[in-house]
Amino acid sequence: MPREGILVTNPYERITEEQLKQIHLASLQILIDPGLICFSKQAAEIFNDYGAEVTTDSSGGRPCWQIKIPPKLVKEALDSAPKTVKLGARNPDNALIMKGDEPRVYFISGSETNIWLDVDFPSYVKKSDSSVEIKVPEFHPRRGTVADLCQSAHVCEHLETLDGYIRTVNIQDEDITEDNKDINKFFASLNNTTKHFMSGLTKLEQLDNVVRMAELIAGGKEALKENPIISFITCLVKSPLQFVADTTDSFIEICRRGLPVAVSSSPQAGTTAPIKEAGIMAQINAEVLAGITLGQLVNKGTPMLYGSVPVRARMDTLGDSYGSVETSQYNIDCVQMARFYKIPNYSTSGVCDTKIPGQQASIERLFSDIVVTLSGPQFLHCAYGLLDCNAVFCLLQAVLDDAHFQMLKFFLKTPRIDTQELDGVLKQIRETVATPRKLYISYIRPMLRSGEISPPYPFEGDGESDHVFALAYQRMNELLDKPVEHIDKDTTAKIFKEIPGLLPRLNFYQERK
Amino acid sequence: MTENEIIARLKENVIQGRKTQQDAGIGEELSGTPGVVELTRLALEKNISPADIISQALTAGMRVVGEKFSTKEYFIPDMLASADAVGEAMEILKPLLEASNVETKGKFAIATVKGDIHDIGKNIVAILLRGAGYEVHDLGADAPAEKIVDFVEKESPDYLGLSALLTTTMPEMGVVIEALKDKGLRDGVKVLIGGAAVSDDYAQKIGADAYCVDSFQAVKVLDEFEGAKVNSL
Repeated sequence: MPREGILVTNPYERITEEQLKQIHLASLQILIDPGLICFSKQAAEIFNDYGAEVTTDSSGGRPCWQIKIPPKLVKEALDSAPKTVKLGARNPDNALIMKGDEPRVYFISGSETNIWLDVDFPSYVKKSDSSVEIKVPEFHPRRGTVADLCQSAHVCEHLETLDGYIRTVNIQDEDITEDNKDINKFFASLNNTTKHFMSGLTKLEQLDNVVRMAELIAGGKEALKENPIISFITCLVKSPLQFVADTTDSFIEICRRGLPVAVSSSPQAGTTAPIKEAGIMAQINAEVLAGITLGQLVNKGTPMLYGSVPVRARMDTLGDSYGSVETSQYNIDCVQMARFYKIPNYSTSGVCDTKIPGQQASIERLFSDIVVTLSGPQFLHCAYGLLDCNAVFCLLQAVLDDAHFQMLKFFLKTPRIDTQELDGVLKQIRETVATPRKLYISYIRPMLRSGEISPPYPFEGDGESDHVFALAYQRMNELLDKPVEHIDKDTTAKIFKEIPGLLPRLNFYQERK
Repeated sequence: MTENEIIARLKENVIQGRKTQQDAGIGEELSGTPGVVELTRLALEKNISPADIISQALTAGMRVVGEKFSTKEYFIPDMLASADAVGEAMEILKPLLEASNVETKGKFAIATVKGDIHDIGKNIVAILLRGAGYEVHDLGADAPAEKIVDFVEKESPDYLGLSALLTTTMPEMGVVIEALKDKGLRDGVKVLIGGAAVSDDYAQKIGADAYCVDSFQAVKVLDEFEGAKVNSL
C-alpha cells in the first residue's frame, strides 16, 4: 500500500478554466516566438530531428541554437507524458502514487542548502535579578557535511507527515569532490531513510553509478523500474527561456533511462520573468512545456513531474522572496496548470526569507504551506527545515514544520456529514439537553483515542512560558535516538564493491566493527 | 466473583470511567460488563463494607486516574467520567455511611451568581468534587443571593463555591458574602470563588476564603480545609 498523503476534496483555484487555456495558448506562442536559446547540442539535434525549427546562433561567442517548438510537438508530448507517476521507496509502503488529475498532496523535504544551522541552548542570567535564569536558543551556521545529510535523512524518516525526502544539505566535506559527490549523497540519503529519495545530479558521469546503486538496493533493473526508489530534479531551462548545456544533457540521459524526473523551472518575477502574474505564468509554463517536450522526444512515456518553483524578486535586493504573497499565487497557478494537463505537479511552499527559526519563519512558512496545499499539488516540496530562501537548513525547524503539517493534514480531513452521523448527533443533543448539566463531555471519550480529535500543539508551554524551541529540540533528539532501517549488510557490501568513490565511513557495518 | 475480585473490578471500572454496564470504557475489554453502579450494589450484596468499597476501590481508582491525568495519558473528559461514576457510587453508599456514622467529607454548595448564566466551569467543579467524595449541592446558574443564603441557612454546608465568568457579574460574589455576614452565617461556611473574571486579589478584596483557578484546585483547596479540620480535632 502506498502512502496516503492527503486528498484535498475541494482544491482552491485562483484562475478560471478559460484563463488556464489563455495561459496555455500564450505559452505556445512563446515557444514559437521568441522560442528558446539552447546551449545543448544534443537537445538542438533532437528538436531538429523531430521537426522543430532550429537555427544556429553564434552571435554570443558560445555555440548555441535558437529553437522554435511547434504546438504539435508539445501536444504529442503532453499526450505521451504519463498521467500517473509512481515514486517508489526502499520500504514499498512509502511509495507515492501521483495522479495528475487527483489533488492528493504529498509533503516532501528539500532543497539542497549550503549551510547547516546547529542549535544550542545557553543560559542567560537577568542583570537586575541574578536568581532569574533563562535558556535561549542560539543558532550557529556552518558548511554542511555528509554526516549532516545522514542525520537529516534519519530525522526525516521519522517525521510522521513527511512523505518523501529531497536532500536537504550540500555535502562539503574535504574528501567530497565533484566526482564522488553524487554517489555519496545518494548513498547517505538512501541508507538513512526508507522513503522516496529525489535529488539533482552534480555530474552526468556519475549517473550510471547512481542508477546501479539504486538497482542493487531495489533488487535489479526491472525491480527499479517497478519501484523507482530514486528520482531526479533538473532545472534544464534557465529563465528566461534558455536550455542550459550540462543540466539539459543530464536530463536527456535520465530520460533515456526512464527514471522519474521533475522538469523544473524557477523564474524570478521582476528579473528573469515578467513581474505581472500573467507574464510569469505564460513564461514558466512555456519553460516547463519545453522541458517536457524534450523529455518525451527522448523517451516517450518517461514519468515526469511538472516542476514549478516560481518566486518574486525582493524589491530591496532583487534576491528571491519566497516569503512574498505573490510567490504563493504563482505556485498555485502552476498547480492548476499542471492539473490542466493532468500531469502530476512538483510545487513549492514553506520556503521563507528569514535566516533563523522564529516567529517570522513560522508566519512565512505557514502562510504558503496552507494556501499552496489547499490548491492540491501532488508533490509539494514544502521545504521542511529550510530557511533563508534556499541557503540554510535547520533540523530543529524541520521538526517544528512537522507539527504544522500535522495540523494541516488534520484540517484537510474529509468532513463526515451524512444521515447516519446526523442521526447519531441528534440523539446526543436530545439526550444531553434533557440532563441537568447539559454537557456533551461524555460523548468526547470514544473520540479521544480514535484520532478524531486534533491533538494539542506538541510544543506548547505550561502557563505563560514559551518552551517551543526547547521542546522541539527535545523531540529532535528523540527522533535521532530512534533506530533507522539501514540498507542490509549484503547489499551494502555489494554497493561498496561495485560503486567506486563511496566514503568508507558511510559503511555502517564496517564502522560498527 | 470473590470479594477481592469485586473490589478489583470496581477499581478498574473507576479507572475506565464506566458508570454503568452500558458505558464504553477506554478499551473494549470491559464492554458490556457491570460498571461502577452495578458493582457497588453487588459489593454491598456481598457484605463488603462501604468503608472498604470507598478506600480500596473508589479512592484507589481515582488515585490512578489522577496519576494518568498528570502524565497526560488521561484527559479531562476521562477524569470527569471517573469522577461521575464515583459520585454515583457515593450516592448509593450515602445512606449506609450515615446510618453507620462513618465520617464523610464535607457538604459543598455551588452556584453561578445572579446575572451570569455561564455554568460549564461550575458543573465541572461539581462533578469532580462529587467524585472526590464531597456531598455536592448544585444551586444552578443565575442564582440570586437570597437563594444561596437561604440554602446556607437551612442546610449548613461546610463550603460554598461561587462562580462568575463576567466582570459585570463578579461583584455579585461580594454581595453574597455580605448577605452571609448580615445573617450571621459567614463564619460557618468557607467561601471559594472561581471563574475567568476573578483572581486571588479579588478573593481577598471581597473577603472570600480562597480563589480556585480551576476545578482541580477546587478539590485541592477543599481537601486542605478538610485536613486542617482533622488536625484541629
